[in-house]
Amino acid sequence: MLQAHGLACDRGDRRLFSGVDFAVPAGEWLQVEGPNGAGKTSLLRIVAGLAAAAEGHLEWEGRPVAEARDEFHARLLYLGHAPAIKDDLSALENLQIAAAVAGRPLDEATALAALRRIGLGGREDLPSRVLSQGQKRRVALARLLCSQARLWILDEPFVALDVAAVDQLCTILDEHLARGGLLLFTSHQAVHLAGSGGNLRLGR
Amino acid sequence: MKAFVAIVRRDLLLAARRKSEVLTALFFFMIVVSLFPLGIGPETAMLRRIAPGVLWVAALLAAMLSLNRLFATDHQDGTLEQMALSPTPLAVLVSGKVLAHWLTSGLPLVLLAPVLGLQFDLSARALGVLMISLLLGTPILSLIGAIGAALTLGVRGGGVLLSLLVLPLYIPALIFGAGAVEADVAGLGAGGHLSLLGALLALGVFFAPWAATAALRIALD
Repeated sequence: MLQAHGLACDRGDRRLFSGVDFAVPAGEWLQVEGPNGAGKTSLLRIVAGLAAAAEGHLEWEGRPVAEARDEFHARLLYLGHAPAIKDDLSALENLQIAAAVAGRPLDEATALAALRRIGLGGREDLPSRVLSQGQKRRVALARLLCSQARLWILDEPFVALDVAAVDQLCTILDEHLARGGLLLFTSHQAVHLAGSGGNLRLGR
Repeated sequence: MKAFVAIVRRDLLLAARRKSEVLTALFFFMIVVSLFPLGIGPETAMLRRIAPGVLWVAALLAAMLSLNRLFATDHQDGTLEQMALSPTPLAVLVSGKVLAHWLTSGLPLVLLAPVLGLQFDLSARALGVLMISLLLGTPILSLIGAIGAALTLGVRGGGVLLSLLVLPLYIPALIFGAGAVEADVAGLGAGGHLSLLGALLALGVFFAPWAATAALRIALD
């Protein structure tokens, strides 16, 4: 259960949003919507702990996140606008190193299986700089397949993906929700996910 | 600990894939040091006197060259965000990056210095002291440089600002490092200078990753 109480965010002198409350129970999703510049990314960064909220606080499993930051991070997977892919490393190396930094090292077989499932079979050992934008995105999404994190925070996960990959990502998200995972994401398109969830509109 | 090893391995792997960046700094060091004997002429007494200072100043400048990329690429491609969200404290991962920076840009200078020192007619003993002083001193350069690189992250024209910020902070390392070789050549013994250099290193190892981490958190916010 993730709860937010009265979150507010300032950018310079301007208040982007204030009084944002939401609760995401286990197995449910929350889609953050709003026009460009409404503060969707800022909200996700605040929830992930990358930025500080001007007001308000977060609770994870009933405890304030600020009290147990490392524990919260151990349960969190965040995918931002930048895919966190090193151009000089191969897809396989990128995936394994990202997992090790996140504190859950991956063996090669698991990593290869994930890359194959996400549609990068045969391209595991190519340097990422020769991959297309969408394929780089897929390398980042392969982290979802290997992740045991309970809370996924995804910023525009559907950008640069083709139709087949969008369907596949929806399946991956459904599986995560079915396992009792929580999902917080932004998207400009309507997304059809199984299970229950809600929408949060910013910038009214 | 595993995350620390992963970061060190990743940065070494990246350096191996982009050899030009490491080699540029190394060649810069070699050429700058070699220009002095050519410019001053073969007067051995004079060369011996300026050798420690020249080698140390060249090492400072060479270590500066790769600093502005220390965190910039990680910041651009989003890796820095992932490091900040790791259950491993960011300061530990930053230490890993500093260690990798020293292994690729500091250690080669230490190994190359005795060869370059021969051009200045330094004795074998003085070359040994020079190596020890660089061995203790170059990690300080990487550690202080990491604070500067973190503070100037995302700033326009950060490269020049970084040198203005970091070079004055290198002065103590320069004084004790070059001083150690000079003292040894003068027959005074290098022990005092080297212990002070070691103390600076110990201080840096404890405080620099912490300070750099604080600066990185501000850059990320």
